[in-house]
Amino acid sequence: MAASTVTRRQFLQVTLTGTGALLLGFDLTRNAKAATAADLNAFVRIEPDGTTVIGISQPDMGQGMYTTLSMLVAEELDADWTRVTTRQLPLMLTRDEQGQMAWKLVPQGAGGSTSVVDLFRPLREFGARARHLLVRAAAEQWQVPAGELTTEPGVVVHRASNRRVPYAELASRAAGLVPDETPPELKAPENFRLIGKEVDAKAVTEVVGGRAKYGIDVRMPGMRHAVIARCPYFDGELIEFDDSETRKVKGVIDVVSVPGPAPGAPSTTLASGVAVIADSTWAAMKGREALKLRWDEGPHRLETTASLDAACQAALDKGDGEVVRSDGDVAAVLDASAQTLTRRYRLPYVHHATMEPQNCYADVRADRCTVIGPMQMPSGASRLIADLTGLDRMAIDVQMTRLGGGFGRRLTSDYAAEAVLVSKAAGVPVKVTWTREDDMAHDYLRPGGWHELTAAINGDGMPDAWRHRVASPSKYYRREGAKLSESEIYSDDPPAGLIEHLRYEYFAMESGAWRGSWRAPAHTANAFTVQSFIDELAVETGQDPLEFRLRMLGEARELPYSNHGGPTWNPGRLAEVLRVAAREAGWGREMPSGEGLGIAGHFTFGGYVAWVAHVRVGGDGGLKVLRLTGAVDCGLAVNPNGVRAQMEGGACDALSTALAEEITIEGGRHRETNFHQYQLMRINQAPAAIDVHIVQGGADPTGLGEPPVPPLAPALANAIFAASGKRIRHLPIGEQLKADV
Amino acid sequence: MELRINGKRVRYEGDPEQPLLWVLRDELGLTGSKYGCGIGVCGACTVHVDGRAQRSCMTPVGSLKDRDVTTIEGLSADESHAVQRAWIDEDVPQCGYCQAGQIMAVADLLRQVPNPTDEDIDRLHSNICRCGTYYRMRKAIRRAAAYLRQES
Repeated sequence: MAASTVTRRQFLQVTLTGTGALLLGFDLTRNAKAATAADLNAFVRIEPDGTTVIGISQPDMGQGMYTTLSMLVAEELDADWTRVTTRQLPLMLTRDEQGQMAWKLVPQGAGGSTSVVDLFRPLREFGARARHLLVRAAAEQWQVPAGELTTEPGVVVHRASNRRVPYAELASRAAGLVPDETPPELKAPENFRLIGKEVDAKAVTEVVGGRAKYGIDVRMPGMRHAVIARCPYFDGELIEFDDSETRKVKGVIDVVSVPGPAPGAPSTTLASGVAVIADSTWAAMKGREALKLRWDEGPHRLETTASLDAACQAALDKGDGEVVRSDGDVAAVLDASAQTLTRRYRLPYVHHATMEPQNCYADVRADRCTVIGPMQMPSGASRLIADLTGLDRMAIDVQMTRLGGGFGRRLTSDYAAEAVLVSKAAGVPVKVTWTREDDMAHDYLRPGGWHELTAAINGDGMPDAWRHRVASPSKYYRREGAKLSESEIYSDDPPAGLIEHLRYEYFAMESGAWRGSWRAPAHTANAFTVQSFIDELAVETGQDPLEFRLRMLGEARELPYSNHGGPTWNPGRLAEVLRVAAREAGWGREMPSGEGLGIAGHFTFGGYVAWVAHVRVGGDGGLKVLRLTGAVDCGLAVNPNGVRAQMEGGACDALSTALAEEITIEGGRHRETNFHQYQLMRINQAPAAIDVHIVQGGADPTGLGEPPVPPLAPALANAIFAASGKRIRHLPIGEQLKADV
Repeated sequence: MELRINGKRVRYEGDPEQPLLWVLRDELGLTGSKYGCGIGVCGACTVHVDGRAQRSCMTPVGSLKDRDVTTIEGLSADESHAVQRAWIDEDVPQCGYCQAGQIMAVADLLRQVPNPTDEDIDRLHSNICRCGTYYRMRKAIRRAAAYLRQES
């Protein structure tokens, strides 16, 4: 036994050095300090002064990982929350017995509102394991049975002898113990001290002090700076370039070309281009200005926003699309119905516009590679880099920084691929920085499109048959083996399951624009169209929009949901968030002239959110959003303050998008070049009041990065109708309200 | 030329046209000021020049002779400025990228208008936050104003 303990201690020292090496260079001071700290596992480090450093395995792009994930570990560790700090962990992979790459500890990445769902149990187990080691260490020290010991935040307690010892005094002994095979039992929810409670957020002071490090802030020894002139045309390419003037610019070191992806193939980089490498970002930008470039404008040079709008409408005019879902006999019921309603809605292309433009650091050597950057999917980056370099994936060190926004943009690792290609070609460590103009011209846009909804209304004023036809360019256009319709219309989305005769159709439209996942992907388009159309049906049949929705949803029951966020959804939970939001907003009260309330609710990735918007539309068409009242059921709300933050931020994101955001296309490229044209909302348009009410409809947590977004735009449009009688069917709202004046 | 940044004197021999932002970030390692748009419309790069908010992406470094520059790193030694404390107490940041610029802009706003109304805030504060933290930001601006009143 003694021998095995010694071995274990040696192993721990090696592990510690290994972890230090992974983080080396990014934060040297912390590593120096770590040498005297005790690592109980990857997630729990206890420093001699009692600080508990919790490892954060997921990238943080504003969704509150530092606080929420720490709460899970700290809960079962029984840590003193006031002494908890955080550190970002790198990508941790291993090779399994079959030689396949596998997660070393937990899945890592941020997308689909999955972090809290996936890690709710594993992170608590890591916390519980660390706590158990501390208890065993105290038992050894005091020579008492571990079963007689309990913990209070940050201390082990022996009640019988009235002794207490802080974790810090036990940590090095605990680190030397061999962990048990089976994880200890987890706390019963009624014993939670942190989960579900109001706690102070972590890692905020470094942000307000300007000390938080994002990808764009990476500075490494020997690092050079690069900017890339990329082909702005969809599927266009570089014909030739002349860098003779560029090479004369002071500070410019090298110029290399960067290949684009093959047409139709999954993205490696986003587009082909020419990289200018210099000793500063400014010199690289000056060097790029001096390049002479000739682009092939590609096969989409005639595409415009108007041409895509016209093509979508023509597709809807001409007949049937691909049948995504067909229940009952929609055609027969529509034919036989005395009353039907058909409406069309239009969605624009929208941009991720992360405040931190894309960037990445890479240092490619013959036998290894280090990549540091703001990544939502570090494992995807690792896989792509292995393909590009031929390096073994275990030789690729991927480190995540904070992300200055994600919203789905950084699910694709094209900017990491660029940094790797440039570093490899130039033979130096390099940070590639995108300018805002680069970013605005190149994004994986949320697809725009046109939706047509038709309902047969029965004698009771309710829809008997429902048809939803979507004409849009699919975001799965570069995904091998994927059905194009799958990314644009989710087959089990309500009102599927609520109406007997129901049909969803899809028309795959051609477009050259780069497309991808934008916060809650197709839910943003479908919630807007479905929840606007439901409002129109309620108005058409003279019913209250809330009551109409509650009648459609019916009683609480589990309905199958095969898309992301399933395996079931419950109309009763959606009804409840609608009821709560309506009640809290004072639904049904008399409104002053020019003011109105609008409501909408949606099920997104396991979570239920409803919003009531209170707006005023002035005589001049001026729109003021006075108040947003939201209700959310994300099961167990681990971090209520974080839930409110996501609701508030998600609402503002959706509001900003609905008001003015659109990428327009001209000549096969984006027309907007920077924030003076792509208008993001500022504080003067943001509602001064946002109320959020948390409803717990399930025992386990669901993710919340995305669910707040989809129902906001239709709640807003419905409120505008209530206030002004003007129905918004085309997004963005832009000047539509003023057009009538 | 000589620059004065956060109370320290710094020799600068490079291109006078280089925007202050890139000198701060690349040459001085002061990465708290962020690049957002490069055309002065988003405010992520906001610093103080002689105490007034200025967008450093549009400020040629050659224009700063005999001027005092303060960046977020120099606003306070320990995040103790009233605006920073209010930002922590309201838990404003989400991704956090724009927040240094927001804080620098608000610190100057409160110097101009110590007790701003909603209309003052709407009129005077124009920095972009893509995460949409405006609701908490508005509360934090009011809280910071109260802290400053207590201090004076």
